[in-house]
Amino acid sequence: MPAHLSARLCSLALSLFLIAFALPAFAGPFEDAVAKFANDDFSDTEEAIGVIAGSGNKLAFPIISALQDGRLMADPDSKKVYVTGVDGKSIDAATGEAVASVPDSASAVRLNNRLRRSVDAALGSLTLQSPDVGTRLQAAQSVFKSHEESALEAVDAALAKEANKSVKTALGEARAAILLFKSDATEVEKLEAVATLKARGDQEALALLTGMGEQPASVAKAAASAIGSIQNSLAVWSMVQNAWYGLSLGSVLLLAAIGLAITFGVMGVINMAHGEMVMIGAYTTFMVQEVIRTRYPGLFDYSLLIAVPLAFLVAGAIGVLIERSIIRFLYGRPLETLLATWGLSLVLQQAVRTMFGPTNREVGNPSWMSGAFELGQITITYNRLWILVFTLAVFGILLAMLRYTALGLEMRAVTQNRRMAASMGIATSRVDALTFGLGSGIAGIAGVALSQIDNVSPNLGQSYIIDSFMVVVFGGVGNLWGTLVGAFTLGIANKFLEPVAGAVLGKIAILVLIILFIQKRPRGLFALKGRAVEA
Amino acid sequence: MFNKSTHDIAASFSRRGVLAATAGLMLGLASLTGAKAADGTIKVGVLHSLSGTMAISETTLKDTILFLIDEQNKKGGVLGKKLEAVVVDPASNWPLFAEKARELITKDKVSVVFGCWTSVSRKSVLPVFKELNSILFYPVQYEGEESERNVFYTGAAPNQQAIPAVDYLMKEEKVKRWVLAGTDYVYPRTTNKILEAYLKSKGVAQEDIMINYTPFGHSDWQTIVADIKKFGSAGKKTAVVSTINGDANVPFYKELGNQGIKAKDIPVVAFSVGEEELAGIDTKPLVGHLAAWNYFQSIKSPENEKFIKAWQAYTKNPKRVTNDPMEAHVIGFDMWVKAVEKAKSTDPDKVIDALPGIEAKNLTGGTSKMLPNHHITKPVFIGEIKGNGQFDVVWKTPSLVPGDAWSKELDGSKDLIGDWVGKKCGNFNTKTNKCLGSGS
Repeated sequence: MPAHLSARLCSLALSLFLIAFALPAFAGPFEDAVAKFANDDFSDTEEAIGVIAGSGNKLAFPIISALQDGRLMADPDSKKVYVTGVDGKSIDAATGEAVASVPDSASAVRLNNRLRRSVDAALGSLTLQSPDVGTRLQAAQSVFKSHEESALEAVDAALAKEANKSVKTALGEARAAILLFKSDATEVEKLEAVATLKARGDQEALALLTGMGEQPASVAKAAASAIGSIQNSLAVWSMVQNAWYGLSLGSVLLLAAIGLAITFGVMGVINMAHGEMVMIGAYTTFMVQEVIRTRYPGLFDYSLLIAVPLAFLVAGAIGVLIERSIIRFLYGRPLETLLATWGLSLVLQQAVRTMFGPTNREVGNPSWMSGAFELGQITITYNRLWILVFTLAVFGILLAMLRYTALGLEMRAVTQNRRMAASMGIATSRVDALTFGLGSGIAGIAGVALSQIDNVSPNLGQSYIIDSFMVVVFGGVGNLWGTLVGAFTLGIANKFLEPVAGAVLGKIAILVLIILFIQKRPRGLFALKGRAVEA
Repeated sequence: MFNKSTHDIAASFSRRGVLAATAGLMLGLASLTGAKAADGTIKVGVLHSLSGTMAISETTLKDTILFLIDEQNKKGGVLGKKLEAVVVDPASNWPLFAEKARELITKDKVSVVFGCWTSVSRKSVLPVFKELNSILFYPVQYEGEESERNVFYTGAAPNQQAIPAVDYLMKEEKVKRWVLAGTDYVYPRTTNKILEAYLKSKGVAQEDIMINYTPFGHSDWQTIVADIKKFGSAGKKTAVVSTINGDANVPFYKELGNQGIKAKDIPVVAFSVGEEELAGIDTKPLVGHLAAWNYFQSIKSPENEKFIKAWQAYTKNPKRVTNDPMEAHVIGFDMWVKAVEKAKSTDPDKVIDALPGIEAKNLTGGTSKMLPNHHITKPVFIGEIKGNGQFDVVWKTPSLVPGDAWSKELDGSKDLIGDWVGKKCGNFNTKTNKCLGSGS
């Protein structure tokens, strides 16, 4: 009996000792906290995160990072919690011992947005001294976002050791954010913090400065001046941003319209099925990605490069087919052409709907098309940037083709004077088919790019047809440069109007402006002169 | 407007005979519908767009009704008669909805119609149902402010979707600043008006509410997402309440993801994004964004599991998803069957009188009831988008919420109620004790 009692006393003393020194492994609070994950209750989970992050236990990092990735499994029956590793091996979260397998009744601990923020904050302070520069930078940024007082010590410790310049700046900013909200920080510290945030000068800094509440007079004054200067610089950047958005919208308009600039602009065919060629290009991209996903998943990042020539060929071939079977009988009859191509667009849409179903198809973004980078104070998304580059490349190639190749020469000859071209020995009907195929093929290429920013559904084309006609008519029918200038003008005008008038009114205003412009200059920005106009 | 011209031109085309293919296609669709009337069947009209822009959402609902009819017939039909579906295609064309509704009621003599998605299509068929005295079950969440004798609303009214969602954000996410973003038409405009009034009644200042409308099918979201980011950096927790419709959602979420706005920074709660819509997107960047519905496929209940299994077997597609408007049709169909059995007749007047008070099991483990205002009681769930395109329910109302035909938040409608049992009136003013009638 006494032996038993003393053993119990001993173990009690031991556990008290362990708690006192916050030593991990067998301490009560840590184990209790881990067990809370099994309750499937958001408040319990939040508490557990706080306790575990502050415990100093070496399991804290694996547990919380597992929680973030959905690898933390909890068994509601036994209240046991497991960390499953990326390599498939699992450990008991409370003890760190390896377990053979996680029971089937265990499911991943659930998170909501509030908890995701706590997890980020916890991971931030846990990884401030990670050996990897990227992780440290991310950690500093998440501490900046959460700016919880508890992280101050960890930030100071990390700051003392940090050698990398950008991480050091980020840590300094995180420290400033914490001090700004720390009630017992000195005035000097707060003034320094305001200066640091002013130097950072972005929207997040602005958010912290405007949201910091009651402050001593000197700090409030410094903050007000910092807010003013940040707002001024942001206002300038917002102009740059609008210009960039305008260029990006312009590039999308141009891309959608280039094909039409050939079929309508150069050939004079009012091609209402143009949008459907774009759609066919997008569906080609979908098919390419499907094949890649099932057969060669490693090639996914190249899927768009593979899709571009295929989309050109598929849409181009359909274009030639349409020209040979329908449009060639309707040259010189614009109304009939309009109706025939409109009907054709309905047929193509319904055909695609029957084949692929009415719902959207998922076209993934390759890694180099996702995400964004910061340029000064504006965010530039990679997909928009690549589309701009791609559009200009397509435009350049097309221009060169028309200018320097034999086919281009023949195309221009036929459009300028069909009869003379025919009498010079050019097979005009072959050139017609090829020209229409070229325009359709380029629309198909546009579809590859547009699949990255829009829905791939049977209705894809409809949303671009009006815009495309607008661009071609505004730029001047028959002139590729006109299409280029027209697209960018409309894009930029739209994006400068949108913040002022809203998206709906902005679009209406653009249409009204175009109507007025066409009244004044019916042939668009760059009118073709000479006999070609009458032909 | 756009669709009307499509239709007209297509019609003038088939007249010219140039486009036999289109005509053929249309005939093909028509033959689906013109099934021969066998004696002793009860006909059920299905009025959902199978082509045009709304086909993306409505085709599934047509399949749902066909599936439900199939199941009911296996159980021996209704009143000893087999049910027979009459499917028409109003082609996302609002005036055509009215035409097709008339055709269903007068030519095909259907006993009930399940149909419509957009509010404008419902408004367009309303006069037809009133004039010919027939029954429409409308399965989609809508802006409320309506209670008609001939229509039964099985989707959510604003107080069954929008208001609980805002409550959730206020309580759980401590949101102080609100972006109300919507497509520019009647449902978002009315819903946002109700939400704005509700937020103000909760003490949210005007400067903390940003309202933004975009055209249908808007695809360039750069400016708006940047504006939201800017609006969200005023030092207060910000959330977006999205009534953005249909296809415009995909580019919107893509832009959010690309500009690095995560759900944990600025959560978006959507009222028109369900399992079906997410099927076309890579949902990994969207994890944590929210949707408010009365049903999610991921909800675990014996009814739901049984339904999903039967549905996937019926469609022969083990990956086919289910969604909220489908559940509304399931409830509505069940209620109609029970009302017909109670009235022992398919006569519209008798069925309309029998419907209020009818109860039907919903798929989430509760029992919904048809109310005198022709709306039903529903539970409200808030779900977070998961990486696999499904939702994880993070919150639900403690009990079923009765649908309000008239919003209590708007000055114009807070005194109105719909009561087709006692008052026989869809817009009864409780202050003046008067029925406003159809003139209002």
